[in-house]
Amino acid sequence: MKLIDKMIQCSINNINVTVEKGTTILEAAKKVGIHIPTLCHLNLADFGVVNQNANCRVCVVENEKTHRLVPSCAEEVVDGMRIQTDSLKAVMGRRTNLELLLSNHPQDCLTCVKSLDCELQSLAHELNIKEIHYQGEKMNHPIDLTSFGITKDTNKCIMCRRCVTMCNDIQTVGVLSPLKRGFDSVVATAFHLDLAQTSCTYCGQCVSVCPTGALAEMNDSPKVWRALNNPRKHVIAQVAPAVRAAIGEEFGYDAGTILTGKVVSGLKRLGFDEIYDTNFGADLTIIEEATELVDRIQNNKTLPMLTSCCPAWVQFIEHQFPELLDVPSSCKSPQQMVGVLTKTYYAEKNNVDPKDIVMVSVMPCVAKKAEAAREELNKDGLSDVDYVVTTRELAKMLKEAAIDFKKLPDTNFDILLGESTGAAAIFGTTGGVIEAATRTAYEMITGKELKEVNFKQMRGIEGIREAKVKIDDLELNIGIAHGLGNARKLLEDIRDGKSDFHAIEIMACPGGCIGGGGQPYHRGDIEILKKRQKALYDLDKNMPKRKSHENEMVMKLYEDYLGSPGSHRAHELLHTSYSEKQRI
Amino acid sequence: MKNKIMDMSTLDKRLLKELDDYINSLDGDKQEHLILVLHKAQELFGYLPQNLQLYVARKLNLSSARVNGVVTFYSFFNEEPVGKYRISVCMGTACFVKGADKVLERVQDLLKIQKDRISEDGLFTINDVRCIGACGLAPVLTVNDKVYGKVKPNDVDDIIRYYRGLENENS
Repeated sequence: MKLIDKMIQCSINNINVTVEKGTTILEAAKKVGIHIPTLCHLNLADFGVVNQNANCRVCVVENEKTHRLVPSCAEEVVDGMRIQTDSLKAVMGRRTNLELLLSNHPQDCLTCVKSLDCELQSLAHELNIKEIHYQGEKMNHPIDLTSFGITKDTNKCIMCRRCVTMCNDIQTVGVLSPLKRGFDSVVATAFHLDLAQTSCTYCGQCVSVCPTGALAEMNDSPKVWRALNNPRKHVIAQVAPAVRAAIGEEFGYDAGTILTGKVVSGLKRLGFDEIYDTNFGADLTIIEEATELVDRIQNNKTLPMLTSCCPAWVQFIEHQFPELLDVPSSCKSPQQMVGVLTKTYYAEKNNVDPKDIVMVSVMPCVAKKAEAAREELNKDGLSDVDYVVTTRELAKMLKEAAIDFKKLPDTNFDILLGESTGAAAIFGTTGGVIEAATRTAYEMITGKELKEVNFKQMRGIEGIREAKVKIDDLELNIGIAHGLGNARKLLEDIRDGKSDFHAIEIMACPGGCIGGGGQPYHRGDIEILKKRQKALYDLDKNMPKRKSHENEMVMKLYEDYLGSPGSHRAHELLHTSYSEKQRI
Repeated sequence: MKNKIMDMSTLDKRLLKELDDYINSLDGDKQEHLILVLHKAQELFGYLPQNLQLYVARKLNLSSARVNGVVTFYSFFNEEPVGKYRISVCMGTACFVKGADKVLERVQDLLKIQKDRISEDGLFTINDVRCIGACGLAPVLTVNDKVYGKVKPNDVDDIIRYYRGLENENS
């Protein structure tokens, strides 16, 4: 078909628009700068999915010929169509539909976790709702607070199904589904099980797309405040790589502004005793992981080796592919490595009782909360990490403390576990961990200096990527996947014996940690993710050292405390194990 | 994290084998046949307990939330045990305006149970269903596959007496 045959004409608010067949009214209107309010609609086209099931009916517009209201997000333009987006009928239709949604919605906006981040609230403001004319029965469901990561308040659910699309189509975890019908219908887990009893990975992507407060991260800031207020406690913070590239968005900075120094100052002001860098743990992870990879390659052990930094991905393989539990690296994640070192290495050096140390991580991630609670991840009964707050939670704590973030000076991390290289900086983006590991593995295998550290073939935002790296005689095959649906494809290949990768990096969230479930809401805007990603690569580029094994404080840690990479002591502190979990 | 939903040992092995054979006999993408499989499972087991739903989910490689979503969407599917005689009162528009609510009320009174429950003797379950497509006979009540049309509340007594009678004959 020629392009001309595929083009059709319509008029929106008397403006003529020519669009390709298959274009929705919403897209056509956007083309000529006409705004139509939407709620359930979520365009994640870059991740291969669009949520456009026309559930909420907030985007209705009037078809001039039929005088009918049609949902603009799902209705496709037909040739000669005439649409009014601002006719009285359209305006009133949208208002009525929104009021009906609000009539079955709790009115506790003042104290709601999503207040000012809530799309329903913004829409009520935008549509100038001052009174809700409908009074009727309201949902009354218990709130699920059973998991360490995610809270689910079904009463705030508007059945937009964005979370269902995310959980099923993008992540293929399949924990959430619409149940029942009519007024009784809810988005819920199978059999209304507690989230903690399901195969939820706590990736938090449902939270990042939920327009209301129905899905949110477990709020751990009160526990952190309590620790900070307890003079007996030695409270230590660590900050993950992706946090510094995104937290600024909560304070009016452009996406991708690196604000490490301000975050450290802010944490000091909040009263933390020491501020360490999860990037230190990332460098350490790389050394342990590269050692493991080289051992697996040279001694014909299980291949491919999969990275294990992402806790949602670890949950995923435990629930969904229990037969493959020997493929992930046994390395703990950087957060856990820093955590355990504060309670051992740091505690010994500074003569602090590990029981009095409270380790708080600032993470872009909801699953890190569940990871910190894993039983395996403790030393002598003390959890490696005590509390995890997300990027969003830290921003709220700083605001709560009336700290003027923009005016904060830049401060460096504390020394003991604070140094990091460029290799660690890129841990926060898809492709970054495996690039960092390759830099170190190359020098470990060849004993020669790696001149070109940029492995551009590993970078990008496509869901599944492959790269080949020549290391002397060995051609290293690398796979990269982000988003659990993409990870599933690579895992199925491994299970079926069709995979020829040596190493695979998996991150559960689209984009990697920069798009984590605890980050400022990006609402499916991939440009924000690209800016955060670029910021991390720029950070790497400008670092004096760009290979993890050049981190002097990490090397000192081996000399003073751990022995050599992969040593018995290193295994005891820095490695973990995985176990089969039920799929439900 | 062991709970009874995951315990498949309470499911009759012989019936599971029959269900497996049925699933294996289906052509093409088995996931597409979820509703057929659930029909078969309910026919075999009488209802769809949670562990059976999970069994079906795993067999078809679907999420259990999805299967539970389908089961709870259609009023035909039962998550609770059902009586030998399933009394369904049509509450579609035509039946409703012809007094189906009075009929339902009478059934509930006589059996001393609410809808969606099973009678103490295990013989009867009451459901209200949406239009069954017999509007000309409104109000309509069905007992298993038998259809009773133009039912008045008083007729319910006779209908129930008839099925109780069948049971007495059998015993």
